[in-house]
Amino acid sequence: MTGQAAQTLYDKLWQSHLVKARTDGSALIYIDRHLLHEVTSAQAFEGLRLAERPLWRSGSIVATPDHNIPTTTKERLAGLDGIVDPVSKIQVKTLDDNCNEYNVLQFGMNHPGQGIVHVIGAETGACLPGMTIVCGDSHTSTNGALGALAHGIGTSEIEHVMATQCLVAKKMKNMQINVNGQLGLGITPKDVILHIIGVLGTAGGTGFAVEFGGDVFRNMSMEGRLTVCNMAVEVGARAGMVAVDDITIDYVKGRSYAPKGDLWTQAEAAWRNLVSDDNAKFDQVVTVDAADIKHQVSWGTSPEMVVDIDGKVPNPALEQNADKKAAIEGAIKYMGLQVDQNIRDIHLDRVFIGSCTNSRIEDMRAAAAVVKGRTKADSVKEAIVVPGSGSVKRQAEAEGLDIIFEQAGFEWRQPGCSMCLAMNADKLLPGEHCASTSNRNFQSRQGFGGRTHLVSPAMAAAAGIAGHFVNVNELGAVQ
Amino acid sequence: MRSFTQLNGLVGPMARANVDTDMIIPKQFLKSIKRSGFGKNLFDGLRYLDEGLPDQSCVGRPANPDFVLNQSRYQGISVLLAKENFGCGSSREHAPWALEDYGIRCIIAPSYADIFYNNCFKNGILPIIADAKVVARLFEQTEQTQGYRLDVDLDAQTVTTPSGEVITFEIDEFRKHCLLNGLDDIELTLQDAADIRAFEDQAKVQSPWLFAALT
Repeated sequence: MTGQAAQTLYDKLWQSHLVKARTDGSALIYIDRHLLHEVTSAQAFEGLRLAERPLWRSGSIVATPDHNIPTTTKERLAGLDGIVDPVSKIQVKTLDDNCNEYNVLQFGMNHPGQGIVHVIGAETGACLPGMTIVCGDSHTSTNGALGALAHGIGTSEIEHVMATQCLVAKKMKNMQINVNGQLGLGITPKDVILHIIGVLGTAGGTGFAVEFGGDVFRNMSMEGRLTVCNMAVEVGARAGMVAVDDITIDYVKGRSYAPKGDLWTQAEAAWRNLVSDDNAKFDQVVTVDAADIKHQVSWGTSPEMVVDIDGKVPNPALEQNADKKAAIEGAIKYMGLQVDQNIRDIHLDRVFIGSCTNSRIEDMRAAAAVVKGRTKADSVKEAIVVPGSGSVKRQAEAEGLDIIFEQAGFEWRQPGCSMCLAMNADKLLPGEHCASTSNRNFQSRQGFGGRTHLVSPAMAAAAGIAGHFVNVNELGAVQ
Repeated sequence: MRSFTQLNGLVGPMARANVDTDMIIPKQFLKSIKRSGFGKNLFDGLRYLDEGLPDQSCVGRPANPDFVLNQSRYQGISVLLAKENFGCGSSREHAPWALEDYGIRCIIAPSYADIFYNNCFKNGILPIIADAKVVARLFEQTEQTQGYRLDVDLDAQTVTTPSGEVITFEIDEFRKHCLLNGLDDIELTLQDAADIRAFEDQAKVQSPWLFAALT
């Protein structure tokens, strides 16, 4: 490597996909994998059709409906007829029609391979280390956990990638977030990323591609890394990523679309280089001590409004910045909380375990371990567990997790985005508080007037049992 | 795409940091398979007191009297003043579609979320990044002056206030070029089709697993 400057992982991914650097600072970047779902793709297909343009490479695309589909079994099995909302139904049908017309691989709503688009990419091996991956959805950053450059794009860009296989992009800056040391008992990847968002704020990563490094990420499972990278966009970073190591390689090996035989050997050798070089230059480095990370609960209407389980709702009078003070006041009012209220005293109406952040098998296991032998609090109207894909669902059922949930009074559902953003029938009613393993606590995100608290799967499960937030470590012995 | 050259527009203030795209256009309106008609639901949750539904007429819905853009003085705005991290969250391009359909052609804020910023340029909207102090001053002037308008000139990269103060701004050359001429960037990229093919051919040799057929 004599003469070549040390590169970050992001530098390597960028350079290996650079088709053309233009004189004005923009560049054409080649896209390896394009994921589609029903909400943001229809207008892009329509644009292609109007301009009479073909897809550049239909084989690069994988589509699945996830946002609008029912998660209740009876409605789901009825197919399109089971979607009550006529506009939702048109959207799902439009994806079917477009995929048929353009010969695009689609895992339809009742296909065994269906799932949340950000879950099935890594799970099937359709998304691989070293790829550039885009999707018309900000949580595409999830797939960066594989050592890939993955980020969300808008619908005009979807059409652009469909027609040209490229994205017009500008290189982002490099940020490294290191979490060093040992995580405390029961602290999960979700707590790690919520804590990071609390430290950096929702704009702290704007303009950056973020690489997560340090002891904690080196020791974290691939599913945990997927959770963390999923929420990179919640610090404002379009892309999050983790360097390739044995954990990455072991995870990818044997997946249905992963290379096999000689191709595997060749691919693995290339992927082993997908790490930041020693002395690679980052524009910003953030270091977090793992010991500082406690169980996290969001109290407000932005993912940065997060505190430890032992914390309190903040007092806006102590905030100096006028905009932040107004935001805290507004959030307390919307959330129906009191200044200095203990987080443990927030009572829940519903629990949602699922979403592209936390619906993989490890999440299902973590939640099941908490509810096993226990019963949902009567005050909690509904607790739903929504696996991220058909594959996760089958695995969980093979392990008997569905039975554990149902015995505890938690409903076991069909895979989809569900109550993360409530585009289907799963939603909060006005004023209801929800312990949710999703990624955004924006106003009305989970239903008009709904109040979302972001937590890990174990903490959501524990809240469902207790009826209010508790430290899952202190739940005590099963009765 | 509509081009953007110059604009003399009425200004409206959105004095709140971290306005997310869920706020700009709530998810129930994302079910449309069209690009148009989102303007009546711009800021729906803030603008109306009831819950908005897709395909519903907004005539007669209860307006939120506390929402600033509902004030009569701000009807017909084409320039939106905003605060830090405008457009954060979801990548939905429905957000700029809603702003554009409402009549907003230019936003002035200290910072934007990356994906939203990008999406604006695809829809003929100019998102200007200005110093936080300058934006704060524009907020003051807008609130103090009924009918406050700004002159925006993309070619000159200037915003001129009614008192004649000239504020300059930075913008990428490529984005400026496309916006000034209303260019379809797919057509521009396809001019480089030979380069894309050459890149692809080389990648097929170097990393053949990236091109494996999925079934």
